[in-house]
Amino acid sequence: MKCRVCRGPAVIDLPRHNANFCAEHFVKLCRDQVAKAIADHAMLTPGERVLVAVSGGKDSLAVWDLLLELGYDAEGLYLGLGIGSYSEASAVAARSFASARGLVLHERSLREDYGYDVPTAAAVTRRVPCSSCGLSKRHLFDAAAADGGFAVVATGHNLDDEAAVLLGNSLRWDLDYLARQLPALPARDGFPRKVKPLVRLTERETAAYCLVRGIDYLVEECPMAAGNKHLGYKAALNGIEERSPGTKAAFYLGFLDRMAPLLADHAAIDRTGLGRCRTCGAPTTGEVCAFCRLLEQTAGHEPVPVELVRRGGRR
Amino acid sequence: MKVLLRNPRREVEVEGPVRVHALLARLDLSREGHLVICNGTLVPADELLQDGDEVEVRPVISGGAT
Repeated sequence: MKCRVCRGPAVIDLPRHNANFCAEHFVKLCRDQVAKAIADHAMLTPGERVLVAVSGGKDSLAVWDLLLELGYDAEGLYLGLGIGSYSEASAVAARSFASARGLVLHERSLREDYGYDVPTAAAVTRRVPCSSCGLSKRHLFDAAAADGGFAVVATGHNLDDEAAVLLGNSLRWDLDYLARQLPALPARDGFPRKVKPLVRLTERETAAYCLVRGIDYLVEECPMAAGNKHLGYKAALNGIEERSPGTKAAFYLGFLDRMAPLLADHAAIDRTGLGRCRTCGAPTTGEVCAFCRLLEQTAGHEPVPVELVRRGGRR
Repeated sequence: MKVLLRNPRREVEVEGPVRVHALLARLDLSREGHLVICNGTLVPADELLQDGDEVEVRPVISGGAT
Protein backbone atom coordinates (compact mmCIF):
# COMPACT_ATOMS: atom_id res chain seq x y z
CA MET A 1 0.00 0.00 0.00
CA LYS A 2 1.24 3.48 -0.89
CA CYS A 3 0.65 6.79 0.86
CA ARG A 4 -2.00 8.79 -0.98
CA VAL A 5 0.07 11.94 -0.61
CA CYS A 6 3.71 10.98 -1.25
CA ARG A 7 3.45 7.41 -2.66
CA GLY A 8 5.85 6.20 0.04
CA PRO A 9 5.13 3.02 2.03
CA ALA A 10 1.89 3.35 4.00
CA VAL A 11 1.59 2.48 7.70
CA ILE A 12 -2.19 2.63 7.86
CA ASP A 13 -5.18 2.05 5.62
CA LEU A 14 -8.25 4.20 6.21
CA PRO A 15 -11.20 2.71 4.33
CA ARG A 16 -13.45 5.64 5.27
CA HIS A 17 -11.13 7.96 3.37
CA ASN A 18 -10.52 5.31 0.69
CA ALA A 19 -6.83 6.06 1.22
CA ASN A 20 -3.61 4.92 2.87
CA PHE A 21 -1.03 7.13 4.58
CA CYS A 22 2.63 7.06 5.57
CA ALA A 23 3.49 8.08 9.15
CA GLU A 24 4.24 11.71 8.26
CA HIS A 25 1.08 12.29 6.26
CA PHE A 26 -1.10 10.37 8.71
CA VAL A 27 0.04 12.71 11.49
CA LYS A 28 -0.73 15.67 9.23
CA LEU A 29 -4.19 14.23 8.52
CA CYS A 30 -4.88 13.97 12.26
CA ARG A 31 -3.71 17.53 12.90
CA ASP A 32 -5.81 18.82 10.02
CA GLN A 33 -8.90 16.98 11.26
CA VAL A 34 -8.47 18.37 14.78
CA ALA A 35 -7.82 21.88 13.47
CA LYS A 36 -11.00 21.60 11.36
CA ALA A 37 -13.06 20.43 14.34
CA ILE A 38 -11.76 23.31 16.44
CA ALA A 39 -12.50 25.84 13.70
CA ASP A 40 -15.90 24.45 12.67
CA HIS A 41 -17.22 24.51 16.21
CA ALA A 42 -15.36 27.58 17.52
CA MET A 43 -13.83 25.43 20.26
CA LEU A 44 -10.74 27.49 21.05
CA THR A 45 -9.13 30.79 20.26
CA PRO A 46 -5.56 30.71 18.87
CA GLY A 47 -3.02 29.83 21.58
CA GLU A 48 -5.71 29.61 24.26
CA ARG A 49 -4.93 28.12 27.68
CA VAL A 50 -6.69 24.73 27.95
CA LEU A 51 -7.12 22.18 30.73
CA VAL A 52 -7.00 18.67 29.22
CA ALA A 53 -8.72 15.81 31.06
CA VAL A 54 -6.03 13.11 31.03
CA SER A 55 -6.59 9.43 31.81
CA GLY A 56 -3.36 7.99 30.39
CA GLY A 57 -5.29 6.28 27.58
CA LYS A 58 -4.80 6.85 23.87
CA ASP A 59 -7.45 9.53 23.38
CA SER A 60 -6.52 11.85 26.22
CA LEU A 61 -2.80 11.68 25.46
CA ALA A 62 -3.46 12.14 21.73
CA VAL A 63 -5.63 15.21 22.28
CA TRP A 64 -3.06 16.72 24.66
CA ASP A 65 -0.29 16.13 22.12
CA LEU A 66 -2.35 17.45 19.22
CA LEU A 67 -3.38 20.62 21.08
CA LEU A 68 0.25 21.32 21.93
CA GLU A 69 1.29 20.69 18.31
CA LEU A 70 -1.40 23.11 17.17
CA GLY A 71 -0.01 25.81 19.45
CA TYR A 72 -2.38 25.73 22.40
CA ASP A 73 -1.20 26.24 25.98
CA ALA A 74 -2.43 22.90 27.28
CA GLU A 75 -2.03 21.61 30.84
CA GLY A 76 -3.26 18.20 32.00
CA LEU A 77 -5.49 17.12 34.86
CA TYR A 78 -5.34 13.51 36.03
CA LEU A 79 -8.05 12.20 38.34
CA GLY A 80 -7.21 9.09 40.37
CA LEU A 81 -10.37 6.96 40.32
CA GLY A 82 -9.15 4.23 42.69
CA ILE A 83 -9.83 1.38 40.27
CA GLY A 84 -7.05 -0.87 41.55
CA SER A 85 -4.08 -1.68 39.32
CA TYR A 86 -5.83 -0.09 36.33
CA SER A 87 -5.75 3.33 37.99
CA GLU A 88 -2.16 2.83 39.11
CA ALA A 89 -1.07 2.04 35.53
CA SER A 90 -3.08 4.94 34.10
CA ALA A 91 -1.38 7.36 36.50
CA VAL A 92 2.03 6.08 35.39
CA ALA A 93 1.14 6.63 31.71
CA ALA A 94 -0.15 10.16 32.32
CA ARG A 95 2.84 11.16 34.48
CA SER A 96 5.35 9.65 32.06
CA PHE A 97 3.86 11.53 29.11
CA ALA A 98 3.94 14.81 31.03
CA SER A 99 7.41 14.45 32.54
CA ALA A 100 9.03 13.36 29.26
CA ARG A 101 7.76 16.55 27.65
CA GLY A 102 8.12 18.93 30.58
CA LEU A 103 4.36 19.50 30.78
CA VAL A 104 2.23 20.55 33.73
CA LEU A 105 0.04 17.71 35.04
CA HIS A 106 -2.36 18.59 37.86
CA GLU A 107 -3.57 15.67 39.93
CA ARG A 108 -6.59 14.90 42.09
CA SER A 109 -7.47 11.63 43.85
CA LEU A 110 -11.01 10.53 44.70
CA ARG A 111 -9.78 8.42 47.61
CA GLU A 112 -7.22 10.85 49.05
CA ASP A 113 -9.07 14.10 48.41
CA TYR A 114 -12.72 13.04 48.74
CA GLY A 115 -12.69 9.80 50.77
CA TYR A 116 -14.17 7.43 48.18
CA ASP A 117 -13.31 5.68 44.94
CA VAL A 118 -15.30 4.43 41.95
CA PRO A 119 -15.72 0.80 43.11
CA THR A 120 -16.92 1.97 46.52
CA ALA A 121 -19.29 4.52 44.99
CA ALA A 122 -20.71 1.86 42.67
CA ALA A 123 -21.29 -0.51 45.57
CA VAL A 124 -22.83 2.12 47.86
CA THR A 125 -25.10 3.68 45.24
CA ARG A 126 -25.92 0.29 43.68
CA ARG A 127 -25.50 1.85 40.26
CA VAL A 128 -23.16 0.95 37.40
CA PRO A 129 -19.57 2.17 38.00
CA CYS A 130 -19.62 4.41 34.89
CA SER A 131 -22.35 6.48 36.58
CA SER A 132 -20.37 7.67 39.63
CA CYS A 133 -17.18 7.78 37.52
CA GLY A 134 -18.69 10.18 34.98
CA LEU A 135 -20.35 12.27 37.68
CA SER A 136 -17.06 12.60 39.59
CA LYS A 137 -15.08 13.50 36.49
CA ARG A 138 -17.51 16.16 35.32
CA HIS A 139 -17.71 17.82 38.72
CA LEU A 140 -13.99 17.73 39.48
CA PHE A 141 -12.84 18.81 36.01
CA ASP A 142 -15.20 21.79 36.27
CA ALA A 143 -13.91 22.61 39.76
CA ALA A 144 -10.27 22.26 38.72
CA ALA A 145 -10.84 24.54 35.74
CA ALA A 146 -12.33 27.19 38.03
CA ASP A 147 -9.50 26.79 40.56
CA GLY A 148 -6.83 27.05 37.88
CA GLY A 149 -8.41 29.92 35.96
CA PHE A 150 -9.08 27.82 32.83
CA ALA A 151 -11.96 28.98 30.66
CA VAL A 152 -12.07 25.70 28.78
CA VAL A 153 -11.75 21.95 29.43
CA ALA A 154 -10.83 19.61 26.56
CA THR A 155 -11.62 15.90 26.61
CA GLY A 156 -10.50 13.04 24.39
CA HIS A 157 -13.95 11.97 23.17
CA ASN A 158 -13.53 10.66 19.64
CA LEU A 159 -15.83 9.98 16.70
CA ASP A 160 -16.61 6.44 17.92
CA ASP A 161 -17.52 7.71 21.39
CA GLU A 162 -19.84 10.36 20.00
CA ALA A 163 -21.42 8.09 17.38
CA ALA A 164 -22.10 5.44 20.06
CA VAL A 165 -23.70 7.99 22.39
CA LEU A 166 -25.71 9.38 19.48
CA LEU A 167 -26.97 5.89 18.65
CA GLY A 168 -28.00 5.31 22.27
CA ASN A 169 -29.74 8.69 22.52
CA SER A 170 -31.48 8.15 19.17
CA LEU A 171 -32.70 4.68 20.09
CA ARG A 172 -34.47 6.32 23.05
CA TRP A 173 -35.26 9.60 21.22
CA ASP A 174 -33.90 11.38 24.25
CA LEU A 175 -34.24 14.97 23.08
CA ASP A 176 -32.56 16.48 26.17
CA TYR A 177 -29.41 14.46 25.62
CA LEU A 178 -29.53 14.82 21.83
CA ALA A 179 -29.78 18.60 22.14
CA ARG A 180 -26.72 18.68 24.38
CA GLN A 181 -24.61 16.27 22.33
CA LEU A 182 -22.42 18.94 20.78
CA PRO A 183 -18.62 18.95 20.40
CA ALA A 184 -18.41 22.38 22.04
CA LEU A 185 -20.60 23.46 24.93
CA PRO A 186 -20.33 27.13 25.81
CA ALA A 187 -19.48 28.27 29.33
CA ARG A 188 -22.54 28.99 31.42
CA ASP A 189 -23.61 29.43 35.04
CA GLY A 190 -20.17 28.68 36.43
CA PHE A 191 -19.41 25.76 34.09
CA PRO A 192 -16.31 26.13 31.89
CA ARG A 193 -16.56 25.70 28.12
CA LYS A 194 -16.26 21.99 27.20
CA VAL A 195 -14.69 20.94 23.93
CA LYS A 196 -14.03 17.63 22.17
CA PRO A 197 -11.34 18.27 19.55
CA LEU A 198 -11.09 14.59 18.47
CA VAL A 199 -14.65 14.23 17.16
CA ARG A 200 -13.43 13.94 13.57
CA LEU A 201 -11.03 11.06 14.39
CA THR A 202 -12.01 7.44 15.04
CA GLU A 203 -10.43 5.63 17.94
CA ARG A 204 -8.49 3.43 15.52
CA GLU A 205 -6.99 6.69 14.26
CA THR A 206 -6.21 8.09 17.72
CA ALA A 207 -4.52 4.81 18.68
CA ALA A 208 -2.52 4.84 15.44
CA TYR A 209 -1.60 8.48 16.06
CA CYS A 210 -0.15 7.51 19.45
CA LEU A 211 1.82 4.63 17.93
CA VAL A 212 3.26 6.78 15.16
CA ARG A 213 4.10 9.61 17.57
CA GLY A 214 5.73 7.24 20.08
CA ILE A 215 3.16 8.01 22.78
CA ASP A 216 3.18 5.19 25.34
CA TYR A 217 -0.45 5.04 26.38
CA LEU A 218 -2.24 2.58 28.65
CA VAL A 219 -3.59 -0.20 26.42
CA GLU A 220 -5.39 -1.97 29.25
CA GLU A 221 -9.10 -1.19 29.42
CA CYS A 222 -11.05 -0.19 32.49
CA PRO A 223 -12.15 -3.43 34.19
CA MET A 224 -15.38 -1.79 35.30
CA ALA A 225 -16.51 -0.84 31.79
CA ALA A 226 -16.53 -4.37 30.34
CA GLY A 227 -19.86 -5.28 28.82
CA ASN A 228 -21.49 -1.86 29.13
CA LYS A 229 -24.14 -0.64 26.69
CA HIS A 230 -21.77 1.90 25.17
CA LEU A 231 -19.43 -0.90 24.03
CA GLY A 232 -22.38 -2.72 22.50
CA TYR A 233 -23.30 0.37 20.48
CA LYS A 234 -19.70 0.71 19.32
CA ALA A 235 -19.60 -2.93 18.21
CA ALA A 236 -22.85 -2.49 16.29
CA LEU A 237 -21.57 0.64 14.54
CA ASN A 238 -18.23 -0.99 13.72
CA GLY A 239 -20.08 -3.91 12.16
CA ILE A 240 -21.87 -1.47 9.86
CA GLU A 241 -18.66 0.51 9.25
CA GLU A 242 -16.79 -2.57 8.03
CA ARG A 243 -19.45 -3.21 5.40
CA SER A 244 -19.98 0.46 4.58
CA PRO A 245 -16.90 2.58 5.39
CA GLY A 246 -17.67 6.16 6.37
CA THR A 247 -20.99 5.36 8.03
CA LYS A 248 -19.93 6.44 11.54
CA ALA A 249 -18.69 9.81 10.29
CA ALA A 250 -21.81 10.31 8.15
CA PHE A 251 -24.03 9.43 11.13
CA TYR A 252 -22.40 11.74 13.67
CA LEU A 253 -21.13 14.58 11.50
CA GLY A 254 -24.44 14.55 9.62
CA PHE A 255 -26.24 14.88 12.96
CA LEU A 256 -24.12 17.93 13.82
CA ASP A 257 -24.68 19.44 10.40
CA ARG A 258 -28.36 18.77 9.85
CA MET A 259 -30.08 17.61 13.05
CA ALA A 260 -28.44 19.55 15.88
CA PRO A 261 -29.60 22.93 14.47
CA LEU A 262 -33.19 21.67 14.63
CA LEU A 263 -32.72 20.91 18.32
CA ALA A 264 -31.22 24.31 19.19
CA ASP A 265 -34.47 25.58 20.72
CA HIS A 266 -34.67 22.51 22.92
CA ALA A 267 -31.08 23.08 24.02
CA ALA A 268 -31.88 26.70 24.91
CA ILE A 269 -34.79 25.61 27.14
CA ASP A 270 -32.46 23.15 28.84
CA ARG A 271 -30.09 25.99 29.76
CA THR A 272 -32.55 27.67 32.09
CA GLY A 273 -33.08 27.25 35.79
CA LEU A 274 -29.70 26.44 37.35
CA GLY A 275 -29.11 27.39 40.96
CA ARG A 276 -26.14 26.88 43.29
CA CYS A 277 -25.39 23.83 45.42
CA ARG A 278 -25.85 24.87 49.06
CA THR A 279 -22.85 22.73 50.03
CA CYS A 280 -20.18 23.44 47.42
CA GLY A 281 -21.63 26.28 45.34
CA ALA A 282 -21.47 24.36 42.06
CA PRO A 283 -24.21 24.95 39.48
CA THR A 284 -27.10 22.53 39.99
CA THR A 285 -30.79 22.08 39.32
CA GLY A 286 -31.46 21.00 42.93
CA GLU A 287 -30.53 22.30 46.36
CA VAL A 288 -27.53 19.97 46.64
CA CYS A 289 -25.53 18.93 43.58
CA ALA A 290 -25.20 15.28 42.57
CA PHE A 291 -21.52 15.22 43.53
CA CYS A 292 -22.19 16.39 47.08
CA ARG A 293 -25.00 13.84 47.38
CA LEU A 294 -22.52 11.17 46.30
CA LEU A 295 -20.07 12.39 48.97
CA GLU A 296 -22.80 12.11 51.60
CA GLN A 297 -23.69 8.58 50.48
CA THR A 298 -20.11 7.31 50.45
CA ALA A 299 -18.91 9.04 53.62
CA GLY A 300 -17.45 6.62 56.11
CA HIS A 301 -17.69 3.54 53.89
CA GLU A 302 -14.75 1.17 53.88
CA PRO A 303 -13.08 0.89 50.43
CA VAL A 304 -14.67 -1.83 48.28
CA PRO A 305 -12.19 -3.83 46.18
CA VAL A 306 -12.60 -3.72 42.39
CA GLU A 307 -13.06 -7.49 42.29
CA LEU A 308 -16.22 -7.25 44.39
CA VAL A 309 -17.94 -4.83 42.05
CA ARG A 310 -19.08 -6.29 38.77
CA ARG A 311 -20.53 -4.34 35.90
CA GLY A 312 -24.23 -4.14 36.00
CA GLY A 313 -23.72 -4.87 39.28
CA ARG A 314 -24.24 -4.62 42.61
CA ARG A 315 -22.65 -6.50 45.36
CA MET B 1 4.66 -16.71 14.26
CA LYS B 2 3.73 -15.69 17.78
CA VAL B 3 0.98 -13.08 17.86
CA LEU B 4 0.42 -11.01 20.99
CA LEU B 5 -3.19 -10.21 21.80
CA ARG B 6 -4.34 -7.78 24.50
CA ASN B 7 -7.15 -7.37 27.00
CA PRO B 8 -6.46 -9.96 28.28
CA ARG B 9 -2.79 -10.24 27.33
CA ARG B 10 -2.04 -13.61 25.69
CA GLU B 11 -0.11 -15.14 22.80
CA VAL B 12 -1.35 -17.33 19.98
CA GLU B 13 0.63 -19.19 17.31
CA VAL B 14 -0.29 -18.37 13.70
CA GLU B 15 1.24 -19.96 10.63
CA GLY B 16 2.82 -17.51 8.19
CA PRO B 17 3.16 -15.96 5.76
CA VAL B 18 -0.15 -14.17 6.15
CA ARG B 19 -1.40 -10.70 5.27
CA VAL B 20 -2.69 -8.41 8.03
CA HIS B 21 -6.31 -8.50 6.86
CA ALA B 22 -6.20 -12.29 6.64
CA LEU B 23 -4.65 -12.54 10.11
CA LEU B 24 -7.49 -10.47 11.58
CA ALA B 25 -10.07 -12.58 9.75
CA ARG B 26 -8.39 -15.79 10.94
CA LEU B 27 -8.56 -14.51 14.53
CA ASP B 28 -12.15 -13.33 13.99
CA LEU B 29 -11.18 -9.76 14.89
CA SER B 30 -12.58 -6.63 13.25
CA ARG B 31 -10.33 -4.40 11.16
CA GLU B 32 -12.08 -1.30 12.51
CA GLY B 33 -11.41 -2.33 16.10
CA HIS B 34 -7.74 -3.29 15.84
CA LEU B 35 -4.29 -2.19 14.72
CA VAL B 36 -1.47 -4.55 13.82
CA ILE B 37 2.10 -3.85 14.83
CA CYS B 38 4.93 -5.84 13.20
CA ASN B 39 8.42 -5.68 14.69
CA GLY B 40 7.48 -2.46 16.49
CA THR B 41 5.99 -0.70 13.45
CA LEU B 42 2.37 -0.05 12.56
CA VAL B 43 1.49 -1.90 9.33
CA PRO B 44 -1.43 -1.61 6.88
CA ALA B 45 -3.96 -4.26 5.83
CA ASP B 46 -1.99 -5.74 2.91
CA GLU B 47 1.32 -6.14 4.78
CA LEU B 48 2.69 -9.68 4.53
CA LEU B 49 3.65 -11.04 7.94
CA GLN B 50 6.33 -13.73 7.99
CA ASP B 51 7.18 -16.49 10.43
CA GLY B 52 9.68 -15.00 12.84
CA ASP B 53 8.06 -11.56 12.86
CA GLU B 54 7.04 -10.16 16.24
CA VAL B 55 3.39 -9.31 15.79
CA GLU B 56 0.94 -7.58 18.11
CA VAL B 57 -2.77 -7.16 17.46
CA ARG B 58 -3.84 -4.17 19.50
CA PRO B 59 -7.51 -3.46 20.25
CA VAL B 60 -8.52 0.18 20.04
CA ILE B 61 -12.04 0.21 21.45
CA SER B 62 -12.33 2.06 24.76
CA GLY B 63 -15.21 1.38 27.05
CA GLY B 64 -16.03 4.30 29.32
CA ALA B 65 -19.53 5.63 28.93
CA THR B 66 -18.84 9.02 30.43
